Amino acid sequence: MTELTILPGYNRDGQRENYEQIQLRPGETISIVGPTGSGKTAFITDIELMAQGDTSTRRRILINGKVPEDSVRYNPSLKPIAMITQNTKCFADLTVENFLKIHARAREIDDQGIIPGTLELANTFTGEKIAASHRVTTLSGGQTRSLLIADAVLIGAAPVILLDEIENAGIFKQEVMAIIQDSGKIIVFVTHDPVIALNTKKRLIMEHGGVKKVLLRNAQEESAVKKLIEVDKRIGTIREHLRSGNIITAELAI
Amino acid sequence: MKLIIIAGPPSAGKTAVIKQIVANVKDELRTAFLKIDVVKAYEDIELEHEFGILTKKVYSGDLCPDHAGVMVLGDVVDWAEENRSDLLIVESAGLCLRCSPYLNQGLGIIVLSSISGIHAPEKMGAMVSLADVAVVTKIDLVSQAEREVLIQKIKEVHPGIILLETNALQGTSLQRLYRLIRESPDIDKDHLILKGSPPLGTCTICVGKKEIGWKHHFGVVKKLDCQMAEYLYRGE
Repeated sequence: MTELTILPGYNRDGQRENYEQIQLRPGETISIVGPTGSGKTAFITDIELMAQGDTSTRRRILINGKVPEDSVRYNPSLKPIAMITQNTKCFADLTVENFLKIHARAREIDDQGIIPGTLELANTFTGEKIAASHRVTTLSGGQTRSLLIADAVLIGAAPVILLDEIENAGIFKQEVMAIIQDSGKIIVFVTHDPVIALNTKKRLIMEHGGVKKVLLRNAQEESAVKKLIEVDKRIGTIREHLRSGNIITAELAI
Repeated sequence: MKLIIIAGPPSAGKTAVIKQIVANVKDELRTAFLKIDVVKAYEDIELEHEFGILTKKVYSGDLCPDHAGVMVLGDVVDWAEENRSDLLIVESAGLCLRCSPYLNQGLGIIVLSSISGIHAPEKMGAMVSLADVAVVTKIDLVSQAEREVLIQKIKEVHPGIILLETNALQGTSLQRLYRLIRESPDIDKDHLILKGSPPLGTCTICVGKKEIGWKHHFGVVKKLDCQMAEYLYRGE
């Protein structure tokens, strides 16, 4: 895969979106921001479904400049896109191990080492560890999200990864960002988090069901994000201290 | 006339899928609709009201709804043809998982919800394994990985099935289904037969006896502990 193209659709008032096309290439990241209900999730869902004017936004998605074949759109093992939604509940009554095994089978992966590997990666994102024998229905929101992100990176192994508000689940977002940003994939973040929003070179602003603006990160923002990451790391350290039962005993200097 | 038969458990989203189909094809194909149900159904009223198409319903009452479906299907094909329909949509009651209502012609479509449970495709037997198309609904409620796991399960039951995923309320990604319907050949009504065979015979429970225990019943029934033998049991 060399290029993902998003062609404009229509917002909730029926107005055509204000861009010609959005092109993404491997290694590129983009964040999607905007108020709740502005159409951020619908945007990545269009990408995931490889919409061809057949969703409520009427956007169209091209892969390498072409309309994807039906076989690619509908066969999970050929699908170049993996999405992590905000749904942190799994309904499948299976153990973690069986869930990953069946998904590996769906993606036509024979290597059995991928199951422990995925579990190991998932456990770098979450506080309480996930075991292969746990049932996916009993995992917490953060554990499920961690498992699904690791699954998307290794088993989904798709060149395009779509992440819907990873900051929400109490997982280690810096670790997640570090691992997936250098993976040479196209990564799309739907986010309310300024650190994630400024960490990507491109930024989409959503409003009323449509794309309002496409922004490129400026030089000022590039230095701002470095400072923000430092602040965020410090907040993360404080969070882990509080989580493990430590108390604050001196004036906090930020 | 084209024919599609839609099956699937209650609350899977059969009617939502049908509404999307009707909205998409009604200007091009004069559409007739039959709903088979046991006690109560409103789909015919809703569809007639919303789209102005020709609709009908039949209640099976004490009869097994799939049996009722087999019996009335001949009449309903005549009814739809007499009314010069181009497309007949039959929605099954979707209760018993023993039978499948699909015919040797037209399209058989199973509608399954993505939250119906991971073993649902295996449990539904012929309703999945004899369908031509599976439409997985409510995909906005689960993660992509979980959807792929469910799809894999469906494929393991029926490797050749055409799989579609949709949020049926919005009608996302159903273009392929509309195309399959448009391309499906007209039926030859004198040679319509069921794809699967209905259950064998009946027993005294089927005809309404309410007593429990072996001594009150006879017919083709199975004991708790026997595998296949002793099909025929006579009451004492």
